[in-house]
Amino acid sequence: MAVSEPVPRGLRLPFEVRIERRLTVPRWLPVLTSIGALVVAFIIGGVVIWAAGGEPIRSYEHIVEAAFGSLGVFNDTLVKATPLILVGLACALAFRMRLWNIGAEGQFFLGAWGASAVVLFPLLPADTPRVIMLAAMALAGFTCGALWGFIPGYLKAKYNVNEVVTTLMMNYIAASWVLFWVFGAWSDAGFQMSPMFPKSAWLPRLTDYAQQVRGFGGMTLHLGIVFGILAAVVVWFIINRSRWGYEIRLIGDNPRAAYYAGINIVRNTVLVMMLSGGLAGLAGMSEITGVVHRLQGAISPGYGFTGIIIAWLAKLNPFAVVLVSILFGGLIQAGREIQPSGVPRMLQGIILFCVIASDVLLKYQVRIVRR
Amino acid sequence: MNWIIILQAGVASGTVLLFAALGELLAERSGVLNLGIEGMMLIGAMTAYSTAVATGQPWLGVFYAMLAAGALSLLHALVTVSFQADQVVSGLAINFLGVGLSLVLGEGLSKAGAIAWLPTFTVPVLSSIPFVGPILFTNQSVMVYIGYLLTPAVWFYINRTRPGLHLRAVGEYPAAADALGINVYRLRYLYVFIGGTMAGLAGATISLAVSPGWFSDLTTAGQGWIAVGLVIFAQWDPWRAMGGAYMFGALRRLILDLQAPKLLLGLANPFFYMPKLGFFLQMLPYALVILILFIGSREAMKKRIGAPAALGVPYVRGERGR
Repeated sequence: MAVSEPVPRGLRLPFEVRIERRLTVPRWLPVLTSIGALVVAFIIGGVVIWAAGGEPIRSYEHIVEAAFGSLGVFNDTLVKATPLILVGLACALAFRMRLWNIGAEGQFFLGAWGASAVVLFPLLPADTPRVIMLAAMALAGFTCGALWGFIPGYLKAKYNVNEVVTTLMMNYIAASWVLFWVFGAWSDAGFQMSPMFPKSAWLPRLTDYAQQVRGFGGMTLHLGIVFGILAAVVVWFIINRSRWGYEIRLIGDNPRAAYYAGINIVRNTVLVMMLSGGLAGLAGMSEITGVVHRLQGAISPGYGFTGIIIAWLAKLNPFAVVLVSILFGGLIQAGREIQPSGVPRMLQGIILFCVIASDVLLKYQVRIVRR
Repeated sequence: MNWIIILQAGVASGTVLLFAALGELLAERSGVLNLGIEGMMLIGAMTAYSTAVATGQPWLGVFYAMLAAGALSLLHALVTVSFQADQVVSGLAINFLGVGLSLVLGEGLSKAGAIAWLPTFTVPVLSSIPFVGPILFTNQSVMVYIGYLLTPAVWFYINRTRPGLHLRAVGEYPAAADALGINVYRLRYLYVFIGGTMAGLAGATISLAVSPGWFSDLTTAGQGWIAVGLVIFAQWDPWRAMGGAYMFGALRRLILDLQAPKLLLGLANPFFYMPKLGFFLQMLPYALVILILFIGSREAMKKRIGAPAALGVPYVRGERGR
């Protein structure tokens, strides 16, 4: 084999294709690569569905129709997007510091548990005014999620225990913890769920105001989405406009520089994990007070994990998290009826994969130069 | 409760963790973290079982399982080694992909009957050794015996052979290895692939031997993640990985057995009379992973040992770096 044989002079092209590191990234490029990655992901997903004996175009048509086809289903999509926004923000915040919190699922469960505890222990009587009740539940949900984030955060900060594994293990522990209460002390007459919450513990929904506004009938969109959007603003402000956010970004980009600059990495690690966990906990609270209205084992089709993909696809930008969450809300909403049932999860995997693969285009550029 | 049976079953189900951990250990020794073990194990379990059901040939199932999981790991290698993407995120993507793909392709498979496809046997002489014989060499699956042989083999390969030396060099100081003419990229691809095939082997061990059948993503129930933790706890040493794997295997069985008897150590068994306490038992393996990681990292801090120096760091030829 003449691998090292030089190309004959006569055939030398007048230009050469070079792959070079980018020094600056144009603002539009990340958006373009993300969209491109999505398109490629759906094409690959289509091929897999086709190979598994399905009809990809019909499946995709079905997804679009079942997620965005009418105001009614778009309402359902937004309901699904609500917890996703909050967990997506939770992940984006932690990832910005290169802190791999993949325990949003467990923090979500703990948040749901904490909010339920207010009603089910009960810490507050059922006739508590709605505002106080909901505020207490939100606080409890946030706190429990934050505590669930504190444990891996503290272990990481103080003892350098790998947070990827610990946060993931905490997910399984959280699921068992919720089941313990749902099957035991809080079981509704032996069923695997708690009794229905009193109305004072329901987040207001659009449909509750159907008498005042006629179009709201049947619209189950609840106040949780406002939590999500507010949280996006807060997280954006923290990361991009506050001193704390500057520290977070510096630690994420260059921990050694941050250390020499005198930034307290231990404290920041613990705090970011707690805020991240708290946001995921708030998602759990919003889901059970806004949608499920009781505590049960099955409250999440893997929201916490989807949050990871959302954060990455949104390039950790809080406002992009909101948009991407709506897209994924649609995917989950439509996916409930799609057969085989693994399709949405597979698509999520392919999407994440294409997104990280496309990042290479942000790092390198192909240039054609004259010799 | 019969301790012999618990330990015997522990070695069997620990073999799953052992295969996955040995594979991950090799990949990490080359400097590439692959968090997709759980997904690759699921692909392996699904492929092995469906192949065995379709063709009646379990070993063909094992082979395809290793190939399928290996193929998935090559995607990880492509993105992390060639494209220098973040290894944590890519591993998570592999994980989602593996879970989703195995659910899509394994649809309807769960209705197929559950038979242990791989043979179990007793080793003639060794099984008569007191205590050790009945646990390690009696009525064990052929996979368990493969595990006994593989662990020392991997240890020997890493620590006593020239390719093993290259493997360590690539994981500790890729720039130096490169300067010596070792192809860093090729070796990292190779060991990520081997890690993938081992995860596939672990999956096949579940679905064809330890708990036969295909039960959607409950088949692995987080064992892939436990294997990742185990590698850290084992400080990248095959023997420690083996001990940890069997310990976790025994714990799995112990949890099942603790809930059965009415009496425990002569007292009323709380887990029998209050079944909901069983949820705390189910937390045990996961809590234990956190605990051993904690202990392991304190030990590592004291002894100043740790992960392969280049673990998680993409190697770019010609760029300044370690």
